[in-house]
Amino acid sequence: MRKLILALGLILSAAGAMAFDIEEERLFGSGQEASVVSILSTTDIDIFEPLVVAFQAVNPGIAVQYTVASTTEVYRAVSGRERAFDLVISSAMDLQMKLANDGYAREHRSIETDGLPTWARWRDQLFAFAQEPVVLILSRPAFDGLRLPQTRADLIDLLRANPERFEGRIGTYDPNRSGAGYLFATQDARQSDTFWRLSEVMGGLSPRLYDGSGAMIADVQAGRLALAYNVLGSYAAAQLAGDPNAALIELEDFTNVLLRTALIPREAERPELGAAFLDFLLSGKGQTLIDEKAGLPRIDAATLASAGHRRPIRLDPGLLVFVDPLKRQRFLSEWTAAVVRR
Amino acid sequence: MKRLRLASSGSIRQRLILQLLVLVAVLSWVLYLSIRTVAGSAVETTQDAILGSATIAIAEELRGGVDGVAIDIPYTAFSMLGATGEDRVFYRILVDGATVTGYEDLPLADQPLGGLSPFFYTREYQSDTVRIAAVERSVIVGSRPVRVEVIVAQTRSAQDAIVAQMANRAATLGLGFFAIAALLSLLTARSVLQPVNNLAEAVGRRGPQDLRPVEWPVPSELAPLVAALNQFIARLSGALIRTETFIAEAAHHIRTPLATLRAQAEIALRQSQDEAARAAIRGMIRSVDDSARSVGQLLDHAAVVYRTDQRTDEEIDLAALTRDMVAVFGPAAELRDIGFELSLPDEPVTMTADRLLLESAIRNLLDNAVKYSALEGLISVSLEVEGDQARLTVCDSGRGLSGAKSATLTGRFRRGENVSDVIGSGLGLTIVREVVAAHGGDFRLTEREGGGACANLSLPLG
Repeated sequence: MRKLILALGLILSAAGAMAFDIEEERLFGSGQEASVVSILSTTDIDIFEPLVVAFQAVNPGIAVQYTVASTTEVYRAVSGRERAFDLVISSAMDLQMKLANDGYAREHRSIETDGLPTWARWRDQLFAFAQEPVVLILSRPAFDGLRLPQTRADLIDLLRANPERFEGRIGTYDPNRSGAGYLFATQDARQSDTFWRLSEVMGGLSPRLYDGSGAMIADVQAGRLALAYNVLGSYAAAQLAGDPNAALIELEDFTNVLLRTALIPREAERPELGAAFLDFLLSGKGQTLIDEKAGLPRIDAATLASAGHRRPIRLDPGLLVFVDPLKRQRFLSEWTAAVVRR
Repeated sequence: MKRLRLASSGSIRQRLILQLLVLVAVLSWVLYLSIRTVAGSAVETTQDAILGSATIAIAEELRGGVDGVAIDIPYTAFSMLGATGEDRVFYRILVDGATVTGYEDLPLADQPLGGLSPFFYTREYQSDTVRIAAVERSVIVGSRPVRVEVIVAQTRSAQDAIVAQMANRAATLGLGFFAIAALLSLLTARSVLQPVNNLAEAVGRRGPQDLRPVEWPVPSELAPLVAALNQFIARLSGALIRTETFIAEAAHHIRTPLATLRAQAEIALRQSQDEAARAAIRGMIRSVDDSARSVGQLLDHAAVVYRTDQRTDEEIDLAALTRDMVAVFGPAAELRDIGFELSLPDEPVTMTADRLLLESAIRNLLDNAVKYSALEGLISVSLEVEGDQARLTVCDSGRGLSGAKSATLTGRFRRGENVSDVIGSGLGLTIVREVVAAHGGDFRLTEREGGGACANLSLPLG
């Protein structure tokens, strides 16, 4: 019954050293399969495993090679044509957009892609399969006696009023190191000027900078952090479930909603298999599994419509602006000036 | 009468419809093309405006300074390009001719930029056709002016999609226009040709004797045709009248010498003692009588033709008229021992008719009956009223019709095939038929049971 799961080490084969860094790689399959679909992803193997297993239950003839890398490495792998993948999954919408805009993606149309809302696809090349709010999480004991903030303005007021409580106990992404953190920060900056005020205030309280949501959530749970700003909601919801000391807050002035996207690279060797896996992700069954097993909220226009504060990050050329190296440099230097004090 | 098959040079209706359809098709096509062109250029103008705005938005954010040009691309600059569709966006910013950011191989404008508004051009880039807006700004860096070019490019799939959609609508509109116009052209062709059909029908409906000019109202285009037709009718009518007049004149001129000839023949008969000569003279007198009768009938016919055109109607009693006419033929019949059996209604049968015409008709009927009855035969004359019709039947005991058709025998100068031994002009029944037709009645010849023929006249009362 159980699939034989082969764990492979990093492939340091005759092809020589990979020019991009791989975090994890695994081949799902029994060795009997006729073909292999290779997927490059920023999402951890643990989260995707149920989906891969379900995909193989439907397509027993296909082995799945699942490679995990960071968002920037994923971008480099595709744009630098480092290695051919059949499907590329990333949470860095801006980089995915850049890949599609610059012609690295293939067009694909199917019943499943046509079923997506227009905001969840671009040019039949880039497809969103999960929507995740970017949230604030906090430790209830740290806020003892204080009203929990509902907006960024609330948060600024609380931080200003109680600097002793929050000094050194604020966590957020370092956009210099994390592609997701950079995307969240730039989208915040685009949405509202309060972001810069918040950054200034946080900067005055010696914030701790992270390059992943998991560590931030763990530190909040452990009480090392009073709050963590801009955390992936799906991870937080899974990790904080049943924890009475932690709270997850979607700020009401606006809450960015990240779209996890997939594209089929132009260089794909087996694009039809990549398309098959993509269609499976977008199918009713795949979406249910994403929602229930992987813990990533499915694409659902209705929940967005019912919660007015949730703003999906738009898949439009605007995303290209912050990918521009000059713009990036400018933004990061401003951010560093605001947040990092010497 | 046999209808002539005319050589056809095609149908006006078909030609008209064909020409209208071609015209309409051309108009529909022009409509389609103009909508497409207008829509295409309108969409392009709009897209250019957005692209130009994006370019200018970037240019507006350029700042000078001491150590270089500050470039800060606004998010909205590219975001607005995504408003109309899902087009790829490329950009390139050059400072003093050197690319500082963006796509280094994005094509430059092939003419110097100038002015505040962007310059637009279309190029192939990354295997796509892109529309490019380029604008140039001068920025002061360390008190030295520096030239900055901002180039923004966008693929045109959204524009193409909109234009294709509009073209579809334009095509639908063109087809609809064509369908409606085609229907209208069918109706037009029909209504244009209606007067011609009306005229043809009006002329075709005319009776064989009707030689009045055509006075049916026609469109001015048909007036020459009708005028020509009327002239033709007038010539025909004139020729007919001349012929009738000639016959009447000729008959009249012959009758007088015939009377003189008969009188002299009788004198000769009385004076002659030679039996052979007397027989010859008697034969001659009989021939003169027959000739006189024929001449009389010719005159009768001429009178009937003349009078049917100019009838003088009056109230007459058909019963009395019939009785009088039978009385006139009494002596002639007695000579051949032919008796009359008269059956008339007691009341007068009044109708409006031309007395002379009716007299002429009945006279010819009775004359025929007497002429063709066998010796000692019986002629029955009956008149009865059925509804609004008076029915006069004259039956003789002659040799019958021997199968000849009624219509054949009533033709002018037509005679039955079994009467070659009896002298006659063949005009008698023609006169009867014309008189009856002039009064809107009906005339038929039928075989009488037990030998002989019956002439049946029905005349409308009133």
